[in-house]
Amino acid sequence: MGYRTVAIDFDVGLRNLDLVMGCERRVVYDLINVIRGEATLRQAAIKDKRLENLFILPASQTRDKDALTRAGVESVIDGLKKAGFEYIICDSPAGIEHGAHMAMYFADHAIVVTNAEVSSVRDSDRILGLLDAKTHRAEMGMDPVKTHLLLTRYSPARVLKGEMLSHKDVIDLLGIEFMGAIPESPLVLQSSNAGVPVIFDPTNEAAQAYLDVVHRFLGEDRPQRFLEAPKRGFFQRMFGTNNETSLAAVG
Amino acid sequence: MNMAWLDYFRRPGSGAASASVAKNRLSIIVAREGRSRSQLNYLPQLRQELLQVLAKYEKIDLDQVSVNVESQGGCDVLELNVILSEPSAVRRRGDSSRHSPFFSEAPQESSRW
Repeated sequence: MGYRTVAIDFDVGLRNLDLVMGCERRVVYDLINVIRGEATLRQAAIKDKRLENLFILPASQTRDKDALTRAGVESVIDGLKKAGFEYIICDSPAGIEHGAHMAMYFADHAIVVTNAEVSSVRDSDRILGLLDAKTHRAEMGMDPVKTHLLLTRYSPARVLKGEMLSHKDVIDLLGIEFMGAIPESPLVLQSSNAGVPVIFDPTNEAAQAYLDVVHRFLGEDRPQRFLEAPKRGFFQRMFGTNNETSLAAVG
Repeated sequence: MNMAWLDYFRRPGSGAASASVAKNRLSIIVAREGRSRSQLNYLPQLRQELLQVLAKYEKIDLDQVSVNVESQGGCDVLELNVILSEPSAVRRRGDSSRHSPFFSEAPQESSRW
């Protein structure tokens, strides 16, 4: 899309974003170094090799989580805004611990990513409660953080069989705006193996679904594409292997 | 041998429709109502407090209290389901040393309204 964008990994102690993005060997300084004044933002932010305007700010792998202070996070985000970043993506760790709290605190939008599984849906509900109460916007009495729902590892065929909560079920349960569902795809695991985000393969359904979601986030009206199971012919039904079950077992 | 062809004779939906089970379970515990329009945002708390009151009189655990809201026609119905514990509890009812005014009125295993 060409926006100047930076992604910050807030999972202090369990650094992961650099690995998924394929820049783990170029990490020198991290978020905590910047907060402690041991490095500048310019030194710590890693420029993506594929996209001109994308940067990654990695989490530290070893240090104590308490080093991630609210004032420190605020100064980092202010510094990034001054450096001309238009989108600052805070990648939150799972759970409701300090790292997640810091990732959400200064947010304007929150994309709640969940799969259609009971424990994930309940956790999402909990996070939505925190987004309403424990953020800068909530504490200052400003407009609440805008929340968006993103369903991952979605399998329309299993939904059809009644084995998986449908996107409608999850929307009903969580009651927030639905951005889209990412179909279960073996390429997602292969992408993280290679350190190349899945979105770079435009022939893949998961990549197309992610791209749709990005466009919707930016305000474009795109029809939902991956919510229906593909029709299977008579012979496929008779002799087809049960693809969706085997895919679900991957990663 | 691939037995996928047997699936053809299975009626759709005859397998365990576990998704609807999941939805029912979640609809009780999810606090979504508090965030959006509905007025029934107190359900999880109500359930918790009921449990605390019940625990004063009977040994009971969280799974045995369910609070649910259903829409029937034009009106919402608040359904409260309490399952009393095992026969040992029933036997104790005759025991005057244990004062249990709440449940001594209700001979049936579950009280529902």
